[in-house]
Amino acid sequence: MVYIWGGGFITVLILLVVIGYVLVQGIPSITLDFLLTPPGGGLSGEGGISTVIVSTFYLVVVTIVILVPIGLGAAIYLAEYAPDNRLTRLIRYGVETLAGVPSIIFGLFGFALFVTALHFNFSILSGALTLVCLLLPTMIRTSEEAIKSVPYAHREGALALGVTRWQMVSRVLLPTALPGIVTAIILCIGRAIEETACLYVTLGGSAAMPSSLLSGGRTLSLHVFYLAMETRAFDKAMATGAVLIITIIAINTLTNWLSYRFQKRMRGTA
Amino acid sequence: MTRYFTDRLAKYIVSISGAVSFVILLAIAVFILKDGLPAFKEIGVFDFLFGTVWRPGQEQYGILTMIVGSVVVTIGSLILAVPLGIACAILLAEVAPFKVRQVLRPCVELLVGIPSVVYGLVGLVLLVPAVREIGGNGFSVLAASIVLMAMVLPTIISISEDSIRAVPPSYKEGALAIGATHWQTIRQVLLPAAKSGIGASIVLGMGRAVGETMAMIMVIGNSIVFPKTPLDPARTLTGNIAVEINYATGVHESALFATGIVLFIFILALNSIAVISLKRGTHAQTLT
Amino acid sequence: MTIYNGACDCGKISAKGVNLHYGSFQALRNITLEIPQCAITAIIGPSGCGKSSFLRLLNRMNDIINGVRVEGVLQLDGVSIYDKYVNVVDLRKRVGMVFQKPNPFPMSIFDNIAFGPRQHGINNRKVLEEIVERSLRHAALWDEVSDKLGQSALALSGGQQQRLCIARVLAVEPEVILMDEPCSALDPIATLRIEDLMRALTKDYTIVIVTHNMQQAARVSDMAAFFMMEEDRAGMLVEYGSTSQIFTKPRDKRTEDYITGRFG
Repeated sequence: MVYIWGGGFITVLILLVVIGYVLVQGIPSITLDFLLTPPGGGLSGEGGISTVIVSTFYLVVVTIVILVPIGLGAAIYLAEYAPDNRLTRLIRYGVETLAGVPSIIFGLFGFALFVTALHFNFSILSGALTLVCLLLPTMIRTSEEAIKSVPYAHREGALALGVTRWQMVSRVLLPTALPGIVTAIILCIGRAIEETACLYVTLGGSAAMPSSLLSGGRTLSLHVFYLAMETRAFDKAMATGAVLIITIIAINTLTNWLSYRFQKRMRGTA
Repeated sequence: MTRYFTDRLAKYIVSISGAVSFVILLAIAVFILKDGLPAFKEIGVFDFLFGTVWRPGQEQYGILTMIVGSVVVTIGSLILAVPLGIACAILLAEVAPFKVRQVLRPCVELLVGIPSVVYGLVGLVLLVPAVREIGGNGFSVLAASIVLMAMVLPTIISISEDSIRAVPPSYKEGALAIGATHWQTIRQVLLPAAKSGIGASIVLGMGRAVGETMAMIMVIGNSIVFPKTPLDPARTLTGNIAVEINYATGVHESALFATGIVLFIFILALNSIAVISLKRGTHAQTLT
Repeated sequence: MTIYNGACDCGKISAKGVNLHYGSFQALRNITLEIPQCAITAIIGPSGCGKSSFLRLLNRMNDIINGVRVEGVLQLDGVSIYDKYVNVVDLRKRVGMVFQKPNPFPMSIFDNIAFGPRQHGINNRKVLEEIVERSLRHAALWDEVSDKLGQSALALSGGQQQRLCIARVLAVEPEVILMDEPCSALDPIATLRIEDLMRALTKDYTIVIVTHNMQQAARVSDMAAFFMMEEDRAGMLVEYGSTSQIFTKPRDKRTEDYITGRFG
């Protein structure tokens, strides 16, 4: 018994240390100034994180705009339209496999295809496209689950009224699965923000304000990395880390709340 | 009638999305192979995998040191994470009162979402100086293992907890009914029954550990040497790729892609083992 | 009650030598019968003998299942249902279905009923309101819900939900209404209300109902078809005739055994 409580205790301890330390060290440095000035570079890491916040936002938006149509479309295809043949099984296997591949390998792919072969160079575009590839399995899987969890009875009920398949999908299935799909999107946003490895080799390290899709940029996670490795400004690194953690906690809470609403809707008590 | 037209159109668009996804999946495989296979041809598979010297400047491309680095760090993290993780899983699944669980479970889920660089940062600021007190310069396999443990814990905890919960209640009731204590029930009935799920969680955790990049770069020292003690620095396969890809060309670049292939195959194998073992577990349970 | 009262003039179904296969499993063998319009036909028999499968043939709901194969002739008002050129979507509008477990959509009561008409192109709010009121009145539910049309349909009781599903089908103006054990999930009082509703609907619609409940079949239907399972688990039609004949003077011994409860 001691062992069990001990294990739990140590886990909580680790959690507290990691998150708590960063928050405690970092929050004091989060001033409005910090959020609004661009990083100054140099060994002492002057400045703030304004350009970084903008880059992160820009990157996430571009990624989601490309990811959601493709991922949702593929999820609808797999859940509703795909015939039960070998090709479909192959696609599913591919999706499942890619879900487990480490992000640095997606980074390699992105580097080879987007940065080099397509000459997008280190840019938001390269980073976004790489992220799309990384997150596609997650988006497809989670959306498909949301669609599949709509009770079969609703499909039957709709079709039996003489509506086309697409009408059934768009007017009954998707609206009912919407909270689940939104959860999937938010999940992907969260993962995009925390991603580092694959962006490290596709975004470049520019700390300037991105002016177009082809500008380089830095996300919050990458900025923490650069600050830690290239400067002595650990306080700024902690502050950036704290901003990251707070953002992720907010996203997590939102996702949990949405999941809860989704369950309620399914049970008809919404 | 327009609704039939829409139906047709929708079917095509949706099928194209499915195809696009498949094409992307295929493209990833193709590109990495295309850029990595030349290295195997130039360097020779055996020399590549088992060569002990990695000096691109002198056309030496042996990745054994990095394989060892990755393996040592992964095993180190698992040695620490598995006992802790299983303990915490038992706690959440069986022992903790509801209120405690309500707080603890979201905490574990939160840990999953923390970016690796944050773990790396804390490792850099807290662990490395601490290890320095013991010996060496702090950037070490030990520090890396501890950081990796923290990252792998949530995976092991959540999947193990789910497996323990999935054990049919009849097992537990049967044991308690013949007078076993709670702890005996856990140790001799529940854990063995959940063994395949717990095993899967460890394998998946291993996959996460092997694939981790940024946090490793921050605390492991990145020296291309064989770590002889936990206090020595090392370099992981992933770290090698990330650190050198920006300026590598020709065979060097190809060698890095080849490292990616090695990683990919390894993780594929790990994931397949996890899936098979999970399937076998549920199969065994439905048989009884 | 006469069978051919001529108030409605369509919805006659005829089946000749129909076989149904799910992959390599034959579910129905050589079914031949004529379902008259504007009457209630009950399909009775023990579990698993293909009653629901046969029902689903009539509006091609089986098409959704993989590996399904239908042979034989199945006609609605003289036109083959399984012809290559048949518009399945239109067929399902003409042949509506009510399921065993009520399945209202997670929407308001109004939106549930208006769903069918909306998908068929009717968007005028006033027209939709008329349709909704008419359908709910026809389904004997209007008085209970007229003041809460905006509420979620999932908040209704089981019996009310089933009447809602019937109203939903009525809103698309079918010729035939198929009912797959519509009362098995309901309490006796709700069941009786639905049975009353069925008899009232016969004036305008052909009704085919699958039921486990023999007393219900005897109470409600005009014609009855008794299905049974052969040794290879394929369903077959044992006897078909008017309800009074089947229940008082069954021609086949197996029918008699089932009616008197010797098995099933």
